[in-house]
Amino acid sequence: MAQRILEVVSEGAVPLLIAGILLLAHWRGVNVFESFLQGAQEGFATAVRLIPHLVAMFVAIDLLHLSGTLDLVYKLLYPLFALGDIPPEILPLVLTRPLSGSAAFGVTVNLINTHGPDSFIGRLASTIQGSTDTTFYILTVYFGAVGIKKTRHALVAGLVGDLAGFVAAFCICKLVFG
Amino acid sequence: MLNRIWLVFILLGTAVAVTGGRAEVVTRAVTEGSQAAVQTALGLIGTIAFWLGLMRIAEDAGLIVLLARIIRPLVRFLFPEVPANHRALGSILLNMAANLLGLGNAATPLGLKAMVELQELNEEPDTATNSMCTLLAINTSSITLIPTLVIAARAAAGSRNPAEIVGTTIIATSCSTIAALTVDALYRRLGRRGQGR
Repeated sequence: MAQRILEVVSEGAVPLLIAGILLLAHWRGVNVFESFLQGAQEGFATAVRLIPHLVAMFVAIDLLHLSGTLDLVYKLLYPLFALGDIPPEILPLVLTRPLSGSAAFGVTVNLINTHGPDSFIGRLASTIQGSTDTTFYILTVYFGAVGIKKTRHALVAGLVGDLAGFVAAFCICKLVFG
Repeated sequence: MLNRIWLVFILLGTAVAVTGGRAEVVTRAVTEGSQAAVQTALGLIGTIAFWLGLMRIAEDAGLIVLLARIIRPLVRFLFPEVPANHRALGSILLNMAANLLGLGNAATPLGLKAMVELQELNEEPDTATNSMCTLLAINTSSITLIPTLVIAARAAAGSRNPAEIVGTTIIATSCSTIAALTVDALYRRLGRRGQGR
């Protein structure tokens, strides 16, 4: 029931937001079309400003992936996972999740299809996929948009969050789906 | 930090490729990676333009300032350096709401708008402020109530109950956000004075 409500809210949010803002603004005497165009004009510059930052990050991540570096790290960490009773099949997802959203989603779909969506690995992968966002991508885009070069502790906070998300996902899945 | 990480990523990747006898993948990574980067950026233009347009309407109608005033207690707690009634607070709130609802398409443009507005308060334009780091902590660990993509993938794979992972996801994502915000708060405490805002 609560789930259904959340779904309805999720689906209705965008139409409601758009119609609500337009109606309120019109009622308060704003020329909505003109305002929209003025705001939207900044969209191009904002997106283009991201390109150098995205190029730097995407090339580095492709390089890690294509060179086999990720596979190497995977092999190194494998025994650690076996020790903690965590299914090692999940490791590629843990490694790609902070780096690339689309790659991680690909890994998740692959795990779901291989082991079945209702298997422990399938459920754990689904939970991990939704538990955090792509830390490196978010950092690149957000700081890139305003030209910040010294990012201070943002990366550490993001990665600790990722790690906490993985551990929590494993514990809660173990508890709920055993 | 990103500076060193990037250096390590590139050098490590290159070294592994060369020692593995696959030096050609370096060129491939450069070509494919940079093309994907430009495609991603170009793909963002439309949605960013739309949401920035809608936000401008809300701003001109005075809705953002109103919103910022309503949610002041929560946001003042998380972003004490941002002056009350500053329009960045409105963008931050909308960014958080979009994240919560799993509206990634809307969350990014709203977050970028918040960053631009936070940058106006920044005294050292090349260095991230405390508020920016907090905003990033919230976004990198993003609290999502409905992981729509995952549910769709599970349904496609023939799951008996595709949405059964919503509960576990909410708990895991809450833990990751609390952890990220805790690290952020610790660094805030330890950070040297004068680096604020």
